[in-house]
Amino acid sequence: MSSNFPSVSVLTLLPFLGGIAVLLLGRAGRSAARLTAAVFAAAAVAYTLLLWFRFQPALPGLQMQELHPWEPAIGLAYHVGVDGLSLLMLAVSSIVVLMAVAASWSNPKQGPVYFCLLLFLETGLFGTFTALNFLHWFLFWELSLIPVFFMIRLWGSAGRARAATQFFVYTMVGSITLLLAFLALFLASGTFDFVELTQMAQTGQLAAAISQNLHWRQWDGGHITMLLFCGAFLGFAVKTPMVPFHGWLASAYSEAAPETTMALTGALSKMGVYGFLRILLPIFPEQMWRARTILLWLAIATIVLPAFAAWAQTDLKRMFAYSSINHLGYCLLGIVAVTGSTGADASQVSAKAAALTGVMLQLFSHAVTAAAVFWFLALLQRRSGGLTGLNDFGGLRRPMPVFSGLMGITLFASLGLPGLIGFPGEFLIFKGVFPLDWWAAALALLGLLMTAVFLLTIVQRVFSGPLHERWAGMPDLTLAQQYLLAPAVAVMFIVGLYPQLISGMVHGTVMQFVGLVRY
Amino acid sequence: MASTVWIFRYLWLIPALPILAAGIGALLKQRQRRFAATIAITSMCFSFVLALVAFAHVLLQPERSIFNFPWMQFGSEWVKLGWVLDPLAAVMLVMVTFVGLLIFVYSVAYMHHDENFTRFFCFLSLFAGAMLGLVIANSLLLLFMCWEVVGLTSYLLIGFWYERPAAAAAAKKAFITTRIGDLGLLLGMVWLYGQTGTLLFYDHGAGCMEHTALSLLATQTVGFGMAASTGIALLIFCGAVGKSGQLPLHVWLPDAMEGPTPVSALIHAATMVAAGVYLVARVYPLMSASSSASASAAASGAGGGALEVVAWVGALTAIFAALVAVAQDDIKRILAYSTVSQLGYMMMGIGVGGVAVGVFHLIAHAFFKALLFLGAGSVIHGLMGEQDIREMGGIRKWMPVTFATYAVGMLALCGFPLFFSGFWSKDAILHAAYGWNGSRVPFYLGAIGALLTAFYMTRQVCYVFFGARRRDPAPEPIEPSETPASDPHEAAHESPAAMTTPLLLLAGFAVLLGFIGTPAWPWFQDFLDMRRAGLDFGQLAENGLLPLMLVSSLLVFAGLGLGWWMYGRKPIQRAANADALEQLQPAVFHALSKGLFIDELYALTILRLAWWIASTANWLERWLWSGIPVAVSALTKGLGWIDFSLDRWVVNRGFDEGCDGVADGGRLLARLQDGRIQNYLRLLGAAVAAFALFLLLGHRG
Repeated sequence: MSSNFPSVSVLTLLPFLGGIAVLLLGRAGRSAARLTAAVFAAAAVAYTLLLWFRFQPALPGLQMQELHPWEPAIGLAYHVGVDGLSLLMLAVSSIVVLMAVAASWSNPKQGPVYFCLLLFLETGLFGTFTALNFLHWFLFWELSLIPVFFMIRLWGSAGRARAATQFFVYTMVGSITLLLAFLALFLASGTFDFVELTQMAQTGQLAAAISQNLHWRQWDGGHITMLLFCGAFLGFAVKTPMVPFHGWLASAYSEAAPETTMALTGALSKMGVYGFLRILLPIFPEQMWRARTILLWLAIATIVLPAFAAWAQTDLKRMFAYSSINHLGYCLLGIVAVTGSTGADASQVSAKAAALTGVMLQLFSHAVTAAAVFWFLALLQRRSGGLTGLNDFGGLRRPMPVFSGLMGITLFASLGLPGLIGFPGEFLIFKGVFPLDWWAAALALLGLLMTAVFLLTIVQRVFSGPLHERWAGMPDLTLAQQYLLAPAVAVMFIVGLYPQLISGMVHGTVMQFVGLVRY
Repeated sequence: MASTVWIFRYLWLIPALPILAAGIGALLKQRQRRFAATIAITSMCFSFVLALVAFAHVLLQPERSIFNFPWMQFGSEWVKLGWVLDPLAAVMLVMVTFVGLLIFVYSVAYMHHDENFTRFFCFLSLFAGAMLGLVIANSLLLLFMCWEVVGLTSYLLIGFWYERPAAAAAAKKAFITTRIGDLGLLLGMVWLYGQTGTLLFYDHGAGCMEHTALSLLATQTVGFGMAASTGIALLIFCGAVGKSGQLPLHVWLPDAMEGPTPVSALIHAATMVAAGVYLVARVYPLMSASSSASASAAASGAGGGALEVVAWVGALTAIFAALVAVAQDDIKRILAYSTVSQLGYMMMGIGVGGVAVGVFHLIAHAFFKALLFLGAGSVIHGLMGEQDIREMGGIRKWMPVTFATYAVGMLALCGFPLFFSGFWSKDAILHAAYGWNGSRVPFYLGAIGALLTAFYMTRQVCYVFFGARRRDPAPEPIEPSETPASDPHEAAHESPAAMTTPLLLLAGFAVLLGFIGTPAWPWFQDFLDMRRAGLDFGQLAENGLLPLMLVSSLLVFAGLGLGWWMYGRKPIQRAANADALEQLQPAVFHALSKGLFIDELYALTILRLAWWIASTANWLERWLWSGIPVAVSALTKGLGWIDFSLDRWVVNRGFDEGCDGVADGGRLLARLQDGRIQNYLRLLGAAVAAFALFLLLGHRG
């Protein structure tokens, strides 16, 4: 590939073309549709890996950029590019979508349209994670909502209509405040470009431009910037979600088909954290620092409250929905903690770098484990005829030893057992947060404890104990399912034992983010 | 020289081989039993041989060798891991591989009829690998990682008979209780990392257990006059408290006896639970850095160091668990409480006397407690799964080998003078406690504990091996998994050679090990401290050692005699008869048999609080956080309804009226345009006529 080859645009376009191909070929039947979807999803993974190898982690800044003016009058340009964070998110999205296609493989209800929507969603994700101009970034951000809305609305369970509407409306509210904030920023600065905005913010030009160009009710520039920060923050806080903006999540995750939830929790939830890193941290570092105490408490609440709430649930899907909030809470904690000071001494930099590397690892590990968990739930739900209650099962280890073993590994990965994927990220986050805010790290430990409590409760109730008569004949994983799941489980071991695969890819980007904490 | 370098470079093979065996075992089918056992035992044999070579290497060159390597990058720095070979690691390696190997062999016979035999060896190998990794770790992080994996295998093996609800519950309890301690350890670890910038224990002067880092930590104060090193050491000690079943986190260990007996012997007696003691020994420089720093501050009354806490926790645990063990009826629970008590002695030993004192007891205990558990397993195996000592009696006639070896283990545990290892190792602890400058109380607690130990072990042995058999002639069908498939009516029988041979070997070591650590020839202690030992009987006479040995011997004899007097002299005739102690003090006996109601206390306080928080969090979820969008949507709906009503009853009404008027007009107009040519012509004719009339009349005027 020559350096002028628009590799990022091609990647974004690839699943979209796949979606159309699925629709066209899907007329021949479901199996043609799913095969096409699988081919395109696998191609996206392969293409991402290719970018992964082309990427040079030691270089700072964005690589593989494409910049074309589009409509300069309104600040619109086509500007895409990747750094370590984007690349990691691309890998996460493509892997999760491939897993979701594999999980839907033998679900007869999910036909060509479902696969098409899944691939459209992938395009939305790729676009979001590579766009560097607010306007077309926002386009992808919103576009990705539409396939998800229909996937929940059409393939979910009984309460799907309400869940889908709630999800859509809730995230829309966040999007509107985000949009307003950026329109105001454009009025002040005359640009929608993330890179330019970041530079202006870092040099103090942005603050000057805001106090010069934006006037509202006698507010000074600092207050107006804070208001803009709040608008943008709300968009990402809803998306991630951060407590208390998470009201939509539990019902959306549990009413959607588990195959859909795989994409929701695996890939979509990363958009919020990505926004924190790509937009809030570089453009509003001072505002994050000012709001820091509140944000820290919210991050702790995001870790601790859902972990407790998960324990009190009686439905497996809801338990894992809350578990997902809890896991992303560690990311938020890491991000908020690094805004504490601009100190450049070695120990500060080291702590910040550790926390941010931990955030990246945690993003990857949560994607893989949460998607795998919901995959297992999809398989379980199909075998049980729709039951997913905590107390509906018992002693499943006897009829389904392979299923129980592989799901057990996944649960322990999600619990953060060393040797599996969850541990390196959590360790680095705690290692980084402790020197910055030791009390926050100490309080967040409660989340780790409660995660163990409710995950082991699941193992105890579902897999152990006397076998429930009704499930005596429950079939174990078929050989095909074992082969499909094996790579996901293998990734948990590989990254768990050798996290350098990820951390070596993002180290340059991490140092750059550390440098962006300036005010 | 070349060979010794070779062993150090390939030290990682010692943990890697069992882990590899576990990986292969995980992929095997249930029926490939022989293969599963073979690879597990083979891997352990190789590890044992390698451990011996490593031991020999350290023996010849008493020094510390380290190997560090980068593992993971964050920003521009690296997290490093590494392994270390020093006397402490070497001793532990040999102990773990040897005891492990014996227990693997024993398990082949013990678990012979279990349907998940293959899985059992997979878990056991994983345990051995992780435990060995823990021992050679030169990084607190690597140690912690292995530590957690060891906890996982403990969880898996306690819950091995997963269909029993009690086993599943005990496994969960073990994992969560130890995790509480582990979180303290994690916090201590990240604190240490933040302060020193490394988690490597030894790194050519830059490690966190070396002088530069320690002197820095000891001089920083963090509040209440406490040095940073004390805070870190205490947090790390939390992990050890959880793992080694010290007060107040001991509650999981007695319940862990739900696991198969070889597991209890290997994990919950000899090795894993001792990992906490090993951890304290490994970070001893850190522990003592705080106490030596506070030694100068002690004059001004500023609080003590971490070692003081270790000593007190150990002493209290030792006496508490020994008391509770007196009133247990389950053969394995007695041994479990005994283990808790002995672990307390080890902690106390490290706290008052240093690494060598504690670790000597650790090694000695590993052998005789493994022996006792395997002996108990042999009894249980012989009695088709019976575990209640009141149901036993007179076993010695049927199982002579088991009895003889059990007696050796019991005497070693009691600390019977001169000929048994427990005597020397325990005396070293008591001696150190006697000379401790902190307080004399731990010594008294330990001494009373020694008496109780002798008492409860005598009680157990009398119940199990002496008297007449109290078992009903036709026993109930018993737990399937613990039972061999032989005829349940068959009389108790001696166990097969695969089980008795490990017993005999362990019994040999339970005696012999004592002689490498006597005060006259403290080879073991000097080896750990990397000094050369000399034989000097004069040591026995120094420091009031002989009177102390006399006192402790007397205590042991008193315990043995009291036990015999109460239980051996006149054995109970039927299982339902009250215990001799119960007759004397029913209330005390009841409280002790319930473990002083610690479990109940936790259920009433911590568990209830946690569940209350969970319910509140759930209530918030349901009514507040998801309530907000619901309320917003209800509000929107309400507004929509008002709008709709206005539309329908106000706006539409007027609009409809207007529309009706227009429609009527339209209807009238429509009549004109009904499409009939005749009407149109008629209208046209009429119009032309009217127009003509109009013109005519108009022109007239």
